[in-house]
Amino acid sequence: MKTANKTVTATKLVKDALEKAKHFKEYNIFNYLNEEGALKKAAEIDERIARGEKVGKLAGVPFAIKDNYLSPEGETTASAHILEGFTSPITATCVEKLEAEGAIMIGRTNLDAFAHGSSTENSYYGPTLNAYDKERVAGGSSGGSAVAVALDIVEFATGSDTGGSIRQPASFNGVYGLKPTYGAVSRYGVVAMASSTDCMGFFTKTPEDMDLLMSIATGQDPKDMTSLPDFYEKSEVKKVKKIGVIKDFDNDSVNIEIREALKKKTDDLKKKGYEVVELDMPTLKYALAAYYIIVPAEVASNLSRHDGVRYGFRSENSKNLESLYENTRDEGFMPENKRRIMIGNFVLSSGFYDAYFLKAAKARTLIVKEYEEAFKKCDFILTPVSPNYAFKLGEKVNDPIAMYLEDLMSVSLNLAGVPGLAVPVGKTKTGLPIGLQLVGPRRSDKALIEFAKELK
Amino acid sequence: MEVNCETIKHLADLSNMSLSDKETESLTGDLKNIINYISELDKLDTDGIEPTYQVFEMENVWRDDEILPQDADREQLLALTKEEKDHQIKVPKVL
Repeated sequence: MKTANKTVTATKLVKDALEKAKHFKEYNIFNYLNEEGALKKAAEIDERIARGEKVGKLAGVPFAIKDNYLSPEGETTASAHILEGFTSPITATCVEKLEAEGAIMIGRTNLDAFAHGSSTENSYYGPTLNAYDKERVAGGSSGGSAVAVALDIVEFATGSDTGGSIRQPASFNGVYGLKPTYGAVSRYGVVAMASSTDCMGFFTKTPEDMDLLMSIATGQDPKDMTSLPDFYEKSEVKKVKKIGVIKDFDNDSVNIEIREALKKKTDDLKKKGYEVVELDMPTLKYALAAYYIIVPAEVASNLSRHDGVRYGFRSENSKNLESLYENTRDEGFMPENKRRIMIGNFVLSSGFYDAYFLKAAKARTLIVKEYEEAFKKCDFILTPVSPNYAFKLGEKVNDPIAMYLEDLMSVSLNLAGVPGLAVPVGKTKTGLPIGLQLVGPRRSDKALIEFAKELK
Repeated sequence: MEVNCETIKHLADLSNMSLSDKETESLTGDLKNIINYISELDKLDTDGIEPTYQVFEMENVWRDDEILPQDADREQLLALTKEEKDHQIKVPKVL
């Protein structure tokens, strides 16, 4: 990526990015543009460069953050009405690390409210449009970030991936999207969705950029008790020999052009001397059901804090405290937020806990084991990211199950905690991007990014 | 599992949300479909399998029991609320 220097200033890079952001306004990518703040930081970096001082690895690089990352610039809304008016006094660890290297945040991007969704249509602020076709969805939930990178507004953007929210929009818009190993990047300062599956990651235009960002953003954070001690730079990049493909995903439920793209890539890999092995992973078909039990349960718990009392939106004219809670939550949450909260409370409620939540937690054990077994037979797995490429706006938004099925191939990674990298591999006949997903064992992030270069 | 308007009202109650009749009706349909879908899991044999609640490989991350400086102070946090009086958050009556 382009960093600032004496001839190409940070101010120029930031001005260009802001101009492009305004040029693409109709795509509804940004919830907030950090014009003043970004230009001020750019000027500071330019001064340091002029004085010959050392600047960071990302000096003057404009980037965007998903609007569920906390920072004091602009309101952090998570594209949810209930957070309206909330300006965070703190900054997410991940953002802090990027800024410490000189990166400049130019705006906060749109998402499905609280990251609940696969199309960015569940945003209180309206959908983001696909970078390649304005009548199609951006994917989700990190749709704004994916499109900001795809349209070359910024060099990179942050995202969060609880069940595919980085990988799927990356594949819908033809960019790289990484969901790292669970715990690789600190979750501190990001609006919590499902704490046991939330992963912070990035959208980039190249694997090289992804590697650079990971080398900066990973590492243990005392503010996030589930962050892993740094392993990224130390992890050895072993020689990849065997690539697995999942037999259970090669059927009519997956779009034919995506299946053909996968076939073509595996043929290419064979020609390059890699061995391609077929994997039986019969439990994966239950991952989606397990996911839509475990995640709503954690969502119901994490979203219980939004009550209109301490921050954000508060419903007016409530006659007592209880009605204040109830009205604020009714008016403040989007329909999909309500569905997930209620499903969560259902699967956790007495009488249903064993049949649903406990059952799903046991299924999760089987899914973790299935990945462990798979990685005894191959180094990495190559699969579709989702069953379809970018679909039409409005096509699935009123059918929750159809929308959930979009996550069929992405959620199992989050349940198992393994990393996945969405890699752009081509276009459909009608010119829409197709992405495939590289999956590796826990802590194989660096090798995974390295191997993505082989798929170019 | 029978899902009807009463179930939805009970769940809305557990979730601290007041729903309109129209919302209750549409959520009844949606939740019926979702519960039907997640019930697919019945077909998976999980006999004798231990549950997994987290995939973090470490346990018991300890810290010293001492008060550390926080990222935000009291004034900043109180500034986020709609109504404040004497360093307390004002809400409608409780009873």
